[in-house]
Amino acid sequence: MNYWAIFKKGIFDQNPIFRLALSLCPALAVTSNVFNALGMGLAVMFVITANNVVVSIVRRWVNQKVRVPVFITIIATIVTLTQLMLEAFLPALYKELGIYLALIVVFAIILARAEVFAMKNGIVPSFFDGLGMGTGFALAMLLVGTIREVFGTGAFLGFPVLPASYNGPLILILAPGAFMVIGLLIGLFNVIGEYRSKLAAQRGEA
Amino acid sequence: MGEVKIEVGKLSVSASPHIRCDESIAKIMWMVNLALAPAALFSIYRFGLSALYTMVICIVAAIVTEYAIQKWQGKTITVSDGSAFLTGLLLAMNIPSTVPWYMPLFGSAVAIAVAKHTMGGLGFNIFNPALVGRAVLLASWPVAMTTWPTMASKLDGVTSATPLGILKLQGYAKLVEIFGDKMTMYKSLFFGSRSGSMGETAALLLILGGIFLIYRGYINWQVPVVMIGTVGVLTAVFGQDPIMHMMSGGLILGAFFMATDMVTIPITVKGQMVFAAGAGALTVLIRLLGGYPEGVCYAILLMNAVTPLIDLWLKPKKFGARR
Repeated sequence: MNYWAIFKKGIFDQNPIFRLALSLCPALAVTSNVFNALGMGLAVMFVITANNVVVSIVRRWVNQKVRVPVFITIIATIVTLTQLMLEAFLPALYKELGIYLALIVVFAIILARAEVFAMKNGIVPSFFDGLGMGTGFALAMLLVGTIREVFGTGAFLGFPVLPASYNGPLILILAPGAFMVIGLLIGLFNVIGEYRSKLAAQRGEA
Repeated sequence: MGEVKIEVGKLSVSASPHIRCDESIAKIMWMVNLALAPAALFSIYRFGLSALYTMVICIVAAIVTEYAIQKWQGKTITVSDGSAFLTGLLLAMNIPSTVPWYMPLFGSAVAIAVAKHTMGGLGFNIFNPALVGRAVLLASWPVAMTTWPTMASKLDGVTSATPLGILKLQGYAKLVEIFGDKMTMYKSLFFGSRSGSMGETAALLLILGGIFLIYRGYINWQVPVVMIGTVGVLTAVFGQDPIMHMMSGGLILGAFFMATDMVTIPITVKGQMVFAAGAGALTVLIRLLGGYPEGVCYAILLMNAVTPLIDLWLKPKKFGARR
């Protein structure tokens, strides 16, 4: 199996936020600045990759009927680990993310990848699938966070990048701004996706 | 049965529609613009050139945004039908004249691009674009959007709170004291010598414009009457001054020009009355209990959201059908 293809699909074709529209809650809630968005993205990337590997290992011994509780227990364990590690080594980020860190347990994308991919595939493909999906998620969070922070406050990671006279619309920092930014980005990704599939079709014909 | 003779030339056979009227979207929209014109001109007279600049920026930004989006999507370009012009004008009437230039620009662009064209353009938008633009601006720059130029003095840069703002923060007695006595207050509210957004101050001219639209049959008189009436009744019930409440804030502008927007309100007259009553009640709720001094904008937007439900609830009975 082509590992590169498995890894790559999470970044654009099946981007968790913009294409699958899963886990929109963190994309709305913690993207008001780049630091939080990226921290959240990396935390999810770690959880999703580790969870895919563990699920792939144990899948032979999991009864179909109780697979969801088993998945959730595994995810909760990994999230607890992440939480404790962040609290120990990055207390600032831990404080900023607050409740959303614990909420990673119920992010749709993590359970979805366990169910759709890791349950049916071996350890190595599952690892790449988790890594690709996690990367796609983290990049999407970074994109939303960058747009909101740069145009909302005129700064990037806290460093001013736009002139001091820039008086950005506060709404980008607030929740409605997040909805608008994500909605418009989903639209943009759909346009690009259509364009790409048209290109691919032309290549196929030629 | 006798033979039916059809004389050729006397009976014309054609597909429906058989009765045509000369109304069109463009005509209605320009008529609404015309109805708003007196109040708009009055605001330029009272607030000076800054009002004109803000208005022009709003309108031009709305038209340019609409043109750009329709061009990009390959749709028929309909900027000349006046609907983008109306959105820009209504947005301008809803904001203070003193805001910096980029705020009306941003508000108009959001109103047209996000509230109108992401939904599919004219006729498909759920929310009133101008009000969405205003709500976005209020959330984006709360300080600039609530700094009102006063009309009492003609000096530049003198600002004051709106009557409702004074009412919220300092109470009714203080409000009457500022105007002198009750009669003066009513008079200045009615004739528009008070602070506020550009278009909301001249109650008289707005009512005249509204009556013109009712006379032309473009809006139903029930909507403004029920909405303003609800506000009057509820404020009286809660022990406030109903006359002051009915004439202040954006209520008259909202009731005549925004709660009557054909796209975003229920289809039936009964539904429109429910809509108006709901908008009036929400306005009172926000004014008396909410964090903002004025709530017409949010009240109408909230009722826009439930418009499909009202339509579903008050579906007219089919002729002869039993419930």
